[in-house]
Order: sequence, then structure tokens, then C-alpha cells
Amino acid sequence: MINKVVTSADEAIKDIQDGMTILLGGFGLCGIPENCIAALVKKGVKDLTCVSNNAGVDDFGLGLLLQKRQIKKMISSYVGENAEFERQMLSGELEVDLIPQGTLATRCLAAGYGMPAIFTPAGVGTEIAAGKEVRKFNFNGEEKDYLMEMAFEANFAIVKAWKGDSEGNLIYRHTARNFNPMMAMAGRITIAEVEELVPLGELDPDQIHTPGIYVHRIFQGKDYEKRIEQRTVLI
Amino acid sequence: MLDKNGIAKRIAREVKDGMYVNLGIGIPTLVANYIPEGINVVLQSENGILGMGPFPKAGTEDADLINAGKQTVTLLPGSAIFDSAMSFGMIRSQKVALTILGAMEVSETGDIANWKIPGKMVKGMGGAMDLVASAKNIIVAMQHVNKAGESKLLPKCTLPLTGVKCVKKIVTELAVIEITNEGFLLLETAPGVSVDQVKNATAGKLIISDNVTEMVI
Repeated sequence: MINKVVTSADEAIKDIQDGMTILLGGFGLCGIPENCIAALVKKGVKDLTCVSNNAGVDDFGLGLLLQKRQIKKMISSYVGENAEFERQMLSGELEVDLIPQGTLATRCLAAGYGMPAIFTPAGVGTEIAAGKEVRKFNFNGEEKDYLMEMAFEANFAIVKAWKGDSEGNLIYRHTARNFNPMMAMAGRITIAEVEELVPLGELDPDQIHTPGIYVHRIFQGKDYEKRIEQRTVLI
Repeated sequence: MLDKNGIAKRIAREVKDGMYVNLGIGIPTLVANYIPEGINVVLQSENGILGMGPFPKAGTEDADLINAGKQTVTLLPGSAIFDSAMSFGMIRSQKVALTILGAMEVSETGDIANWKIPGKMVKGMGGAMDLVASAKNIIVAMQHVNKAGESKLLPKCTLPLTGVKCVKKIVTELAVIEITNEGFLLLETAPGVSVDQVKNATAGKLIISDNVTEMVI
């Protein structure tokens, strides 16, 4: 059996090179691969194209890579919470492609399902439709325009799961699932960091969210901060 | 004239028993506080929850459990968690019956602009473009005029669009307005607000319904 288990984030990301495209799971700071982001900062790779729903905050998540100017292009749906991001975007240092959240998710899904493109109504008639193929379909009893959007082609996907085993099977917890399952499916090489790496046989096959076939490298992460972006409680 | 909570209260009356509802950030989030007794709805949060509950008690916050506004939330009995692709799948396939969201501008044909002001920092559309492109029923919660006093109900949107011909109804501090093939149709005025006040605050074509009533909050 192929050994997918690596000892550390450094080892997992060792062949990520300058200029590569990486899909990174997470919604806000929830379910982000904290260990691999730290390892990418340490390794100093640059000119990365990062596909992630958000771009972290100034001092956490992808904000750490932005601080070191390691990201050349960001593909996201919402990037509101990051001052350094704003500065780099307005100065032109950082290329930004904002796309609808469902389109982002489904472009990952398409890649993982082996389909080159999807048709979605999101963005029809808006500026994001510029230069894209529009097709009319009679679907669900309604004739409507749909935009063709291409599956992502990424060198690496980096995801974070709650539990995993040495076969690469993954289980996520609560809303930390978000983009992780479809990104895991979409990477040419997928790296999973997990809070708990358990022995084979311990995960219930019926409860697996991401089957190990999609995962090439797995390791148990450490020192998870799991920062809360908006702590809201009942008064 | 209504405050934000008043707008949310009025919109809550549009919510019907058994609906799956997606609430946007801002005033729409407040709607959850005013759903009438006996009406059971399931709130969908596009980051992957059906059956989203209120904020947690202090000390029980869970970093793995947030809503689309990145706020800590709870799960109600019967809730379900899913991934982002499935979340937008249920939005696109119109299983989510009602979407309530904010807007910067709405046109008399139901176009909506709420994601970008050219020349200013652009934060992104998040899930808004997916939601407005697919939802069967879209209600906009917003102020009738912007901070500069200019109408947000226009013949045509001036800002980059989020979606075209999609908004069904608008609830503002002044009025309840439906989008029809002929333009904005005034249905209700807020308590203490005259039809003329609504007319003056509306730049797009405003049709006055034969029986304009006062909003019941």
C-alpha cells in the first residue's frame, strides 16, 4: 500500500513551487489548513495563485501569506476582512478575481467529478459574464441563460479535516466542512491535515465525507488555534 | 417611518410555515428574531447549515460552527450540515424558497446591485450572485434612500449588477413595494408615511396601488 502519511506540514508541502496554483479549504477562518499555511510561509514560496473562499484576516489564515507577499493572484468570493489585502489590491501588487461563491464551489466539484465545465445562472447579465460563453437551456420548466464556467485546474489542494486515517479517508466537523470536500477532490495532489489521525478501521465507512482516493498526503496537525472571527453570544 | 427592526418585523410576515429561508447579512439577519408564533421555518446558511439556531450561550461558542457572516451560531434539533457545493446546489435547484437580502440599488425591472462600488474597495459578491440568479422569491430589505439622500429605487441601476430581473418585493423604512412588469407597485406605506413621501423618495416609475394600506407590523 502507498504510504500517504507524512510526518509534518513541511514534508507535506515540500514540492510546492513558486508560481503554482493551490486550492485552500475554509470559510472565513473556519476549517482552514493552519499548519500548511504556516509551512508555506516558512518555505517562502512565492507568486502563488490561491483559490480560497476568503483571504483570511491580517494576522491569520491566508493573511499570513499576503503579509509576506507570497500570493500573486487570489481567486475568492469575499475578501472583506483584511487591510493588507486591500492595500495590495488597490496598489496593483495583487491580482484579484472575485467570483460567486457557488461558482467557486462548483468549479472545484467539476474538477473532482472529471468534468471540464459547468453551466450556472449565477452572474448572467453582470460584469462577471464578460467574455464567457452564455447558453440558453430550457430546464425545470423555465428558459434561462446560463454561464459556462471552467473546472479549476490546480497543482495542489490543501484541506483541513477533523479526523482522518492513513488511507486518507476524511471526516469534517460542523461548518468546518465548507469548501474542504470539493477542494480535496479537485487537487492534482491533495494534502489533508487533520486534528486527529486515527488507525485504519476506526472511522466508520458510512460516515466518511472524503474517500481516501482523493487524498495523497495526510498528517496530524498540531497547535490548532481555530480562531473565531466574530464571537457572538446570546445576551 | 420604520427603523431596521421595523423593516425586519414587516418582512417576517412574508415568511410562511414550512419555508426554507436564506437570510443575508444586516437587516435580513434580524428577520429571524420576528418570525411569528406558530410559523416554523428552516434557516439555511450558505456555508453549510439547514436548521441554524440562535447565537450560543457565552462559554459554549464553537469555532467549527459559524454562519455565513462568520458569527458563532448553534444548531437546532433536526439540523443538517453539508458542504458548500451542496449548499449552492439546493439554492440553484430552488429548494430554498425565500431569499432575503440587502441592496445598494434596485431597478424598476427587478435588477439588483449590492456588491461593488467602482473605485472603492470591492469585497466581493460572496453568495449573492448565486442566490439572486436562482431563488424563486427574493425580498430586498433596505433603506429607501442612500446616505447622500438619493433614491435607491431607480429606473436602471447605476452600480455593477448582482443579478437581473430577480427582485420580487422591497421593504424599506417607508414602504412595501412589489416589482411588476409595469414598474414599482406601491402596496403599503409605513405608519406615519404619506404616499407623496414614497413618491418623492422613488426615482424609478412608481405605480400607486388602488388600495394602498398602512403596514401592519
